[in-house]
Parts: sequence; structure tokens; C-alpha cells
Amino acid sequence: MRYLLPLGIFIVLVIFLGIGLKLDPHEVPSPLIGKPAPQFNLPQLHAPEKSFSPEQMKGKVWLLNVWASWCVSCRQEHVYLTEFARTGVVEVVGLDYKDEPQDGKKWLSQLGNPYVLSITDLEGTAGLDWGVYGVPETFVIDKKGLIRHKQTGPVDPVILETVILPIVQTLNGEAG
Amino acid sequence: MKKIVMFLLVLFCQIALAEIKVYDFKDPVLELRYQALTEELRCLVCQNQNIADSHAELAQDLRSKVYEKLMVGETDDQIISYMTNRYGDFVLYRPPLKSKTMILWLAPVLTVLLGGLGFWVVLRRRNQVQEQLTEIDRQHINDLLDRKSE
Repeated sequence: MRYLLPLGIFIVLVIFLGIGLKLDPHEVPSPLIGKPAPQFNLPQLHAPEKSFSPEQMKGKVWLLNVWASWCVSCRQEHVYLTEFARTGVVEVVGLDYKDEPQDGKKWLSQLGNPYVLSITDLEGTAGLDWGVYGVPETFVIDKKGLIRHKQTGPVDPVILETVILPIVQTLNGEAG
Repeated sequence: MKKIVMFLLVLFCQIALAEIKVYDFKDPVLELRYQALTEELRCLVCQNQNIADSHAELAQDLRSKVYEKLMVGETDDQIISYMTNRYGDFVLYRPPLKSKTMILWLAPVLTVLLGGLGFWVVLRRRNQVQEQLTEIDRQHINDLLDRKSE
């Protein structure tokens, strides 16, 4: 009987610590979810004379994938992202974050290019507006131009199949 | 000797690398506000550091953003909301009191109250036990005394 209280406290502590172990402190909820995608006007990586602005994608569900040639985990997710983009289920736009354009282009020609187009964000200004803090990051934007989901860190087949794909499919069903 | 010199050189080269860019302020009030703001804002890459201390590239960007905004005359509130609009309340070392952060603010007070309550209960119980003991002891003493007088 006299051990019941300490045991109870111990069990509660274990449960809380157990939950704490499962949480990833690096996954900070984005305040941008449900808000209009921040606008920018930046040159395209492969055609610097042409610019890109998120407004051009209005009416479409699309992904914005933030990557860089210097980013190690981008290399890791690249295979899966390329495979996913190849299914044609959704258009993926790349944001080459704080990267030299020639390095970015080289990286894509070596590893394959899953993007309909990439944008050069040399200074990281667009990244700042989008709340980017750990490359790679992937945003899902709906037909109205609202950010509906953010994936921080590299995507893998499980995340793509069970998180990203269902969201894209639901959003495709929504009116533009 | 050569080894010592090499060692010292390596040491100093680390210090040179670790230097944080210093911004020039003509107005000391602005400088104080810059210091206060960068100490209040969390670096999201190395989450236990504020952006004043962190060497992460993101922290550098955020510092230069704070500087830039101070220079164009934005208020502290404007700068703070610029940051929270992009990175959420997590970017603040002192999150605002909201229904979502209520437990964060109340937990320490609750813990102290609970601990105090527990302490009080234990003390009271101990006093009661002592009183009971003295009563039994008294009875015992009386019994002994009675027996002696018989």
C-alpha cells in the first residue's frame, strides 16, 4: 500500500518520458499552414532570364521542395522524390536554397531532375519568407494558393505514400 | 617547442572562425534593442541557443534581418511578429500566454503547489503519529507507575 503512490508517480513519469521520446523537437509546426503561400519573384535555375512566382501555379495542386546541392539529406530524399514526381501525380517545383546556380545545375544533371522547374534563391530571401529552417523541406500548396502541409526533413517512400499522396489527392478533389 | 606553437596556432584559428559578425550601430538605443531582440529569438537549427549566440547560417540570416528592420525604424513588436509569422511561437524564448501554451506557464506553479501540499500532508501525519505515540507512552507510564504503587 505504501508503495502505491511512488509506483503511480513512476508510471506517470514513464508515460510522459515515453511520449517525449517519440516527439521530434526539430519538427516545429509551421504557422503558414492554411495561409496564402508567400509570394516571391525569382529567376529560374535553368532559364535565369525567366522568373517564377507562386502565383503562376494558381489552379493547380503543387509541391514546393526546398533543396540545395550542399545539403546532405537532400541527396538522400532525391531518389524517392524523383520516383514520386515521375508518376505524374503532382507537379514539383524546386527551390534551390542558398546555392550557387552552377552547383545546383550540376547536382541535378548528376542525380536526375524531378522538378518541372527550379528557382534560384541565392540569398535565401524566399526561404526566410516560407519559414525554411532545415533543408530539405516540402510544402503542399492547393489550387487557391494556400499552403496546406509542410514536411520538414527528407521525405521517404512511407511519408510520400501515407502523408503527401493522400493530401494531394484530397486537394485535387477540391474546387479551385 | 614547434608542437606548442602549432597547438597555439590551431587554437587561435578556431577563435577566428568562431567570431560573430558585429553590426555597427550609431545609436546606442538601437544597439540595446538589437541585443535584446537577438537574445529573445530562438535559433531553429540549434534550438537551445538564441540567434545572438548561434553560429548557424539561419541565425546569421535572422540577425541581419533584425538589423535591417531596426535600421528602417520598425518597432520591436513588428520585428517579433515578422519572426512568429514565419516560424511560429517556437521562435520566441518566452512564448506568449495562450490556451495552447497555458500548461507551459502554469506547470511550474502547479508543481510547487502540489509539492507544498504533499509536504504539508506528510508533516501533519508525522505530528499526529508523534501525538499518538506520546499518548500510548503516557498510558504505559501510568500503568507502570500504578503497578509499582500496588
